[in-house]
Amino acid sequence: MQPVLLVEGLAKEFFLHEQRKTIPSCSNVCLESRQGKLTAIVGPTGAGKSSVLKCIYRTYLPSAGRIMFRDRSGQSTDLARADEHQMLRLRQREVGFVTQFLNCLPRKSALDVVAEPLISAGVNRTAARTSAGDMLARLAVPERLWCVPPATFSGGEKQRVNLARGLISRPRLLLLDEPTASLDPGTTDLAVKLIETLKEDGVAMIAIFHQPDLVRRLADDVVELAPPMVVKDNNKECLS
Amino acid sequence: MSNRILEVCGLSRIYGSGCPLCVESTGPENDTNICPHCGSVVAVHGVSFDLFRGEILGIIGESGSGKSSTVKMLYFDDTPTAGEAVFFDNGERHELFRQNAAQQRSLRNKRFGMVYQNPHLGLNFQVSAGGNIAERLLMSDLAHYGEIRRRAQELLLRTEVLPERMDQNPKTFSGGMQQRVQIAKALVTRPPLLFLDEVTTGLDLSVQAAILDLILEIQQELNTAMIVVTHDLGVIRLLAGRTLVMKHGRVVEAGLTDQILEDPQHAYTQRLVASSL
Ligand SMILES: Nc1ncnc2c1ncn2[C@@H]1O[C@H](COP(=O)(O)OP(=O)(O)OP(=O)(O)O)[C@@H](O)[C@H]1O
Ligand SMILES: [Mg+2]
Ligand SMILES: [Zn+2]
Repeated sequence: MQPVLLVEGLAKEFFLHEQRKTIPSCSNVCLESRQGKLTAIVGPTGAGKSSVLKCIYRTYLPSAGRIMFRDRSGQSTDLARADEHQMLRLRQREVGFVTQFLNCLPRKSALDVVAEPLISAGVNRTAARTSAGDMLARLAVPERLWCVPPATFSGGEKQRVNLARGLISRPRLLLLDEPTASLDPGTTDLAVKLIETLKEDGVAMIAIFHQPDLVRRLADDVVELAPPMVVKDNNKECLS
Repeated sequence: MSNRILEVCGLSRIYGSGCPLCVESTGPENDTNICPHCGSVVAVHGVSFDLFRGEILGIIGESGSGKSSTVKMLYFDDTPTAGEAVFFDNGERHELFRQNAAQQRSLRNKRFGMVYQNPHLGLNFQVSAGGNIAERLLMSDLAHYGEIRRRAQELLLRTEVLPERMDQNPKTFSGGMQQRVQIAKALVTRPPLLFLDEVTTGLDLSVQAAILDLILEIQQELNTAMIVVTHDLGVIRLLAGRTLVMKHGRVVEAGLTDQILEDPQHAYTQRLVASSL
């Protein structure tokens, strides 16, 4: 079967105008992601693991390389070059991203925050809230918190809400950036079980894990990123 | 069928007599929007973008960068010196700046909505909150008294204005409450396109948050396309999927909002983002 995502020669560097500096983040990254498989990205701090995920999601503009995504209809799009409306459509229907932090509206209850991706995909509100409750229960978020906005939640509670929200719509491709970093061993196990059911459902995943044993438990493929390169200093080039 | 609701091309507005050097002597590279040769203000130049049905587009930039001027022209509060804009509605194509005054008024009353930073621009302080909404419904050809009253009540309820406030004058309301009435007034005709110019600026943070929540809820319910003008990066982060960055009348950068905030490309955007951290 063809991969859902094929990344070839991906590089990202940041040019900081003020300091006239180019900061390399990742380079020549190649990876593949297949239905029902989890690809783990590993490497030392600063190797650009998160940058790879952000380039795929287009939070970062890739500096080089191709990011070929095959959608449900079988059509391929280079995410490095897709226009913004295409990207927004894919984010809504096919590509999900669970980051470490929850960014949501202050007044919305946890249940609504989790239900939102389903609602914006056209599922009716009642059905969406029912599955949201199911997700929260599977991650052991106490029911008394469901109707409270997550703003006041603990780090681990927030992260579970964030996970529930990211996993609820079963995207075709799911990006996970340290989704269990602030969970205790018990809730981490619940998250692992949930990720396993997503795999069974055929979701392709690319993940960064804080804990090495999670890589062993969940990854079908491991991509290792080289440590960062030295910073190019454009000032020096200007002076010499 | 395309999802496009608005297509803006080369929108420009020069205040003053203008001279052949106005455009080349202004803009971000020249660090001014005032022509040194003739003193005209190049408030907006060559602004192009499109907007899809139900999409929220942010416009961000420092004071005087031309954000308000841009939406004012699209809402017919002001006339461009150059440029085109096409509004796609029910299979029809409206060339905004080639329409006569009556056609423009009709679009403004029925198909567009505007919420201003200054409630005095959006509300009539001679009449009650309910009266303000009735006014707009009358302009959109609805004449049945009971129906007008019902719709006004429904919208005020939706925007969380207390029912007993309906017959009071908005003059006596808090800033946040006045904005809610403005939003209710703008939305009562269920326009497919809404402009919001700094609607939360100057309000308390908690009031701001509640209004942003409300805007997003309504956008999801009614699938209203919106252009949100603000100098607050937090507002576009919560509301807008895509964002334009303006400086001295020009769009210096456009992109997905998270990309603009996390990987800004233009020197100006980098400074703007850095200064807000
Ligand atoms: N009627 C007018 N006559 C002359 N100059 C004008 C007029 N309206 C706007 N300008 C000028 O056009 C430029 C753009 O103004 P605009 O109101 O669009 O800025 P803005 O980006 O909305 O700023 P702010 O964030 O302060 O609201 C400014 O330099 C302003 O002084
Ligand atoms: Mg303004
Ligand atoms: Zn001039």
